[in-house]
Amino acid sequence: MGFLANLVNGVSLGSVYAIIALGYTMVYGIAKMLNFAHGDVIMVGGYLCYCTLVYLGLSPIIGLVVCVAGCTVLGVVVERLAYKPLRDAPSLDVLITAIGVSYFLQNAALLIWGSDPKSFPQMVDFGSLRLFGGQLIISSTAIVTVLANIVIMVGLTLFINKTKMGKAMRACSEDRGAAQLMGINVNSTISLTFAIGSGLAAIAGVLLCSSYPTLMPTTGAMPGIKAFTAAVVGGIGSIPGALLGGLMLGVVEIFAKAYIGTQFSDAIVFAVLIVVLLVRPTGLLGKPMTEKV
Amino acid sequence: MSARFHLPSFKGEPTKMVDMPSDAIIPERDLGKVPVLECRHLGIDFGGLSAVDDFNVAIGRTEIAGLIGPNGAGKTTVFNLLTNVYQPTRGTILLDGKDTAGMSPDQVNRAGIARTFQNIRLFDTLTVEENVMIGLHNEVREGMWSSMLRLPTHFSAERRFHERALELLDFFGMADFADMPAGSLPYGAQRRLEIVRALATNPKLLLLDEPAAGMNPAETAELTENIHRIREEFEIAVLLIEHDMSLVMEICEGIAVLNYGRIIAKGTPEEIQSNPEVIEAYLGKQEGDE
Repeated sequence: MGFLANLVNGVSLGSVYAIIALGYTMVYGIAKMLNFAHGDVIMVGGYLCYCTLVYLGLSPIIGLVVCVAGCTVLGVVVERLAYKPLRDAPSLDVLITAIGVSYFLQNAALLIWGSDPKSFPQMVDFGSLRLFGGQLIISSTAIVTVLANIVIMVGLTLFINKTKMGKAMRACSEDRGAAQLMGINVNSTISLTFAIGSGLAAIAGVLLCSSYPTLMPTTGAMPGIKAFTAAVVGGIGSIPGALLGGLMLGVVEIFAKAYIGTQFSDAIVFAVLIVVLLVRPTGLLGKPMTEKV
Repeated sequence: MSARFHLPSFKGEPTKMVDMPSDAIIPERDLGKVPVLECRHLGIDFGGLSAVDDFNVAIGRTEIAGLIGPNGAGKTTVFNLLTNVYQPTRGTILLDGKDTAGMSPDQVNRAGIARTFQNIRLFDTLTVEENVMIGLHNEVREGMWSSMLRLPTHFSAERRFHERALELLDFFGMADFADMPAGSLPYGAQRRLEIVRALATNPKLLLLDEPAAGMNPAETAELTENIHRIREEFEIAVLLIEHDMSLVMEICEGIAVLNYGRIIAKGTPEEIQSNPEVIEAYLGKQEGDE
C-alpha cells in the first residue's frame, strides 16, 4: 500500500508542477522567453489567498477568485513594465530581467509579509477517500489537485485549438512576424499568454500551499525551478509535454524521497532532466530541432 | 525627417487628391480617385548606407503594378517599408490618402495592406483552413467567454468563420486541402495558400513577393490567371515583385524598376522593355557603348 500511497502523492505533486509548467511553456512558446519570475507569482498567489482567508476571514472560493484575479493582473503588469520594452532585445537581457523581477517579487513579499513562515489554512476538507479497507487514504486536497489539473489541461487544450485567440497564439508561436503582418496584435496576444499563465500559477500556488502549508517569500522558488525542469523534460512549448513532464517529476520526486532519501530527492529530479536532455535534447514531446542549411 | 506634405483632411469617402506625382502611372479607370498607395520621397538607411532612396510611386485603386530590378536592388526592403516592418528614414507612405507613419505592422494590415513572402512563411503546423482563419482574425469578432463556454453565439461565429475560410479556399481550388497541415502542402499550393491567407485580411492592396519563384510554366500560367481574378473579384490593387519578366510584362499595367535602391525607370511594360537604362541594369553595359 505504501507504493500506491506514494504514487498518489506523486501524481498530486506532479499535477501542481504540471499547472506551473504550463505557464513556462506557454510564455516560452509565444514570447520566446524564459519567465523566471513565474515561480514567484505562485508565492504571491499563496499570500493573496492567505490574506483573504485569514485577515479578511472570507471563504476559500473568494480567496481563490482574489488570488487568480490578483496574479493575472500581476502577470500582465510585469509583462508590460519589464518585458515589453525588451521585445527586440537579445534573449539574455530578457532572461536577466526575469531574474531581477523574481528577486523583486520575493523581496516585496518579504517587506509586506515578513520573513516568518505563515501557516496556510485548509482550503478544502470534505474528508478523505479510504480505499482497501482504510489502508490507502487519499486526502481531499490530493483529489482536488488532480481534478483541477485535468480540468485545466482539457480547458486549455480546447482554448488553444478551438478559439480564435487560441489560433492566434499558435500562429504567434510559429512565426510572430508573419502573424503580425496578417493583422494579429502580437502585444495583446502576449499579454493574454501572461494573463493565463499567471492565473494558472495562482491556482497552483493555492494547491501547493494546501498540500505543503508553509508560506514564505521563497515558497515559489523551488517549485518554480522544478516546474521549469518539468517543462523542459516534457519539451518546452508543448502543453501535453508540460503535463507529462510535471507528472513524471512529481512521481520521481516522491519515490526518491520515500525509497532513497529526502536529501537526495532534488538531485535525482535534476538527474532525470540531464538524462532526458542527453537522449532527447528537445524534451520528450518537443519537436526535434531541424537544422536549416 | 523631410517635410510632410499637407493633405486636406477628409472624413468618409476620400475625395480628390492634391499634387499627384507628375510621373505617376495610373490606369485610366483609376484616374481621379485617391491612389490606394502613394510613396513620397521614401527612403531608408542602414548604418549610413542608403538601401532605398527617393522612392516615389502611386498605385491606382485597381491597378496591377510591378516592382522589378536586379538582385539586391532593395525590392523586398520596399515591401518591408510599406508594411512598417522597417521605419523609413525619410519620406511618407499614404495608404488610401492616410499617412501610415507610426503604425505597427498589424495596424497597417488592418488599414489595408496584406503581403506574401519571398521565402514562404505559412504557419506550418496549423491546418490550411486555420491559416486562412488567422487572416480572417479581425473580420470575425468573437468574445473569449462565448467560445470558452460554447454559447450559441460561439457556434454562429465559428460557422461564419469556417464558411468564409472555405469560400476563399474554394476560390483558389484549395477547399479539398482544408484539413491538411499547411506544411505538408506541395510547394505551389503553399504559395497559393499564402495569397489566400493575405486576401483573408480583406486588403485594399496586395503585395506579392516573387509569387512565381520556383514555379513551373503551368503553375505560372495559373498564377497569372489568379492575379487577374483577384483584381476582378476583390477589386483591389496588386503590387508584385517578380523576376519572371514574361509574367510581369503580361499582367502589369505600370512598372517601376529599382536599381541600387533608386527608381531608374517607370512606365508601361512597353516603355520599360525599350528603356536603355533598364537594359543596362539587367544586362550590364555593352562594349562600344558610351
